[in-house]
Amino acid sequence: MKRRAWMRALLALVALAALAAVLVAWLNVRDEAPLGGDASSFVATPEQVARGAYLARAGNCAACHTDRGGADMAGGKAIATPFGTVYASNLTPDARTGIGTWSPAQFWRAMHNGRSADGHLLYPAFPYPNFTEITRADSDALFAWLRAQVPVAQANRPHALRFPYNLQASLAVWRALFFSPGVYQPVAERSATWNRGAYLVRSLGHCAACHSPRNAFGATRDSLELSGGLIPLQNWYAPSLASSAEAGVADWSSQDVAALLKTGMTARGAALGPMAEVVFRSTQHLDDADIAAMAEFLKSLPQAPARHVEVAKLDKDVASHGAALYKNHCAACHGASGEGGAGPDGIVYVPLAGNRKVLLDSPANLVHIIVNGGFPPTTPGNPRPFGMPPFGPVLKDSEIAVLATYIRGEWGNAAPPVSALDVLEGR
Amino acid sequence: MIMNALARLLAGAIAASAASAAVATPPQAVPDTMAQRMQPCTACHGKEGRATEEGFFPRIAGKPAGYLYNQLDNFRSGRRSYPTMTYFVEQMSDAYLREIAGYFASLDLPYAPPQTVGAPADEIARGQALVRQGDAAHGIPACVQCHGAAMTGVLPSVPGLLGLPRGYLVEQFGAWRTGQRKALAPDCMAKVATQLAPADITAVATWLSSQPVSQGPAPAESLARPLPIACGSVSP
Repeated sequence: MKRRAWMRALLALVALAALAAVLVAWLNVRDEAPLGGDASSFVATPEQVARGAYLARAGNCAACHTDRGGADMAGGKAIATPFGTVYASNLTPDARTGIGTWSPAQFWRAMHNGRSADGHLLYPAFPYPNFTEITRADSDALFAWLRAQVPVAQANRPHALRFPYNLQASLAVWRALFFSPGVYQPVAERSATWNRGAYLVRSLGHCAACHSPRNAFGATRDSLELSGGLIPLQNWYAPSLASSAEAGVADWSSQDVAALLKTGMTARGAALGPMAEVVFRSTQHLDDADIAAMAEFLKSLPQAPARHVEVAKLDKDVASHGAALYKNHCAACHGASGEGGAGPDGIVYVPLAGNRKVLLDSPANLVHIIVNGGFPPTTPGNPRPFGMPPFGPVLKDSEIAVLATYIRGEWGNAAPPVSALDVLEGR
Repeated sequence: MIMNALARLLAGAIAASAASAAVATPPQAVPDTMAQRMQPCTACHGKEGRATEEGFFPRIAGKPAGYLYNQLDNFRSGRRSYPTMTYFVEQMSDAYLREIAGYFASLDLPYAPPQTVGAPADEIARGQALVRQGDAAHGIPACVQCHGAAMTGVLPSVPGLLGLPRGYLVEQFGAWRTGQRKALAPDCMAKVATQLAPADITAVATWLSSQPVSQGPAPAESLARPLPIACGSVSP
């Protein structure tokens, strides 16, 4: 009797597991079109190739698929994630190691559904949760451009992910929970420009890959679109584009937004770190109409109200030590009162008073910039950038903490103090 | 006239409203020069790129522009690896890298006294022999054959090796032997570095870092004779 009850429970469990497996499997092939056509029947028009080249810039494909010093689009670049290392794949039209035998439908399935030509599930380090919104026509144009590249024989390097992330079954469950395919649906009440901007930001631009928070499973949360996220393992915080206290641009002029994306430099701030790369490789190459569209969309994002943080007045010792450090190391460029420095064409050293980057809750970016310095990208609009020296080799963690705390608490600035531990984490 | 004044007033008002949102004080004026732009470099490479007396970082002032450009490109392309250098140059155009190289190449500045003093005589002698004559038995050309009779480099792309920190020199040989540092193929220095015995590497570095540079620190205009081995980074 007892045994039968056990058997029944076991059977129920097995049935439940089978049902879950079927559900996960079904969720994984949702919205997949039949794979019609083959590689040989695909003939690209010159317009498609040209369009694809432009879209590849918009999607910044080369940022991952071209390794440092490696052949264009031949992959091999290591992408460090909290789950292990993912290696970008070879997208050149080499038949054996690249995508030379792929059909446009298979490429579309990779972009839209996150599944490779041979059927295996792709890791979302390839941002198909964003690329899924791309139109079929744009996917075909990208494919046409990729097929027009020089084939490079370079075998894909297997990913080095830890258990259980290395299993396709785990990935299937992840996808069932966090990924749903779907082409961008224009919003009827909005202008064509706004919709164009939203399409670029959400699909190819994959801005959310950095600017949205991620959960413990590394999935970005749609409900908090572009509300800021710490970039895994890089110690850079991609600030919220939906907050006027962070990097929201609702109160910026369209020209300022365009200037940041095209030149990497505005009076309000410079693109440094990962955003410098985005401007250098991607946005500076986009045409003015697309940049204006992205600006219109970004300006329309609902802005979270600034949180009021009660910050104690600077401690007297911190204030005097910080002032001394500031005078010795920072004032020559950023000015005695954090007012910034200007050349004949405008701001070259951003003001620190009232600077949102300085005042972010997370001190990660401020620490990063003090420790490592950096140059904004060279662009036609800013071809000879001024830069910031790295102070990591010159100052101790405790000194950088005092300096950062001083900058965050002086000239009307009021942001929480920075500890030596924050600096250590940022190094 | 009136239009002009109006425009100026308007511009002033816009600037003022922008400033009042963020800061009260207008930004200070900074020099529109390469020296100002290159502040990040001198943090490690010393004032005006002339290196410090004790440090590890190499002098860059007065090095041939072609050599400096090749190094900047090597960092950008991963043939050399030093995280700070890669981070600084990875979003820079060729045009800017060439201007940076040209700027530091144009600086004609005095050298500090040599870093190495009181080295053992036999080590100095071995170093000098390798620099001046090489070691034919081991297939090592004399350094002077490529780096110039005075070892101050040859335009446009062969660097001078005097006035460099000993630790930096030794590490470069090590990096070439392990593939951490590469040059454009064919990589002549990788070949030389792998053929040199470790003791010979330290002897050469000791000799180089103990030479005072007082007269004629400028690179030679051209090579006296063709290169003894093929070098991808030296344009023919």
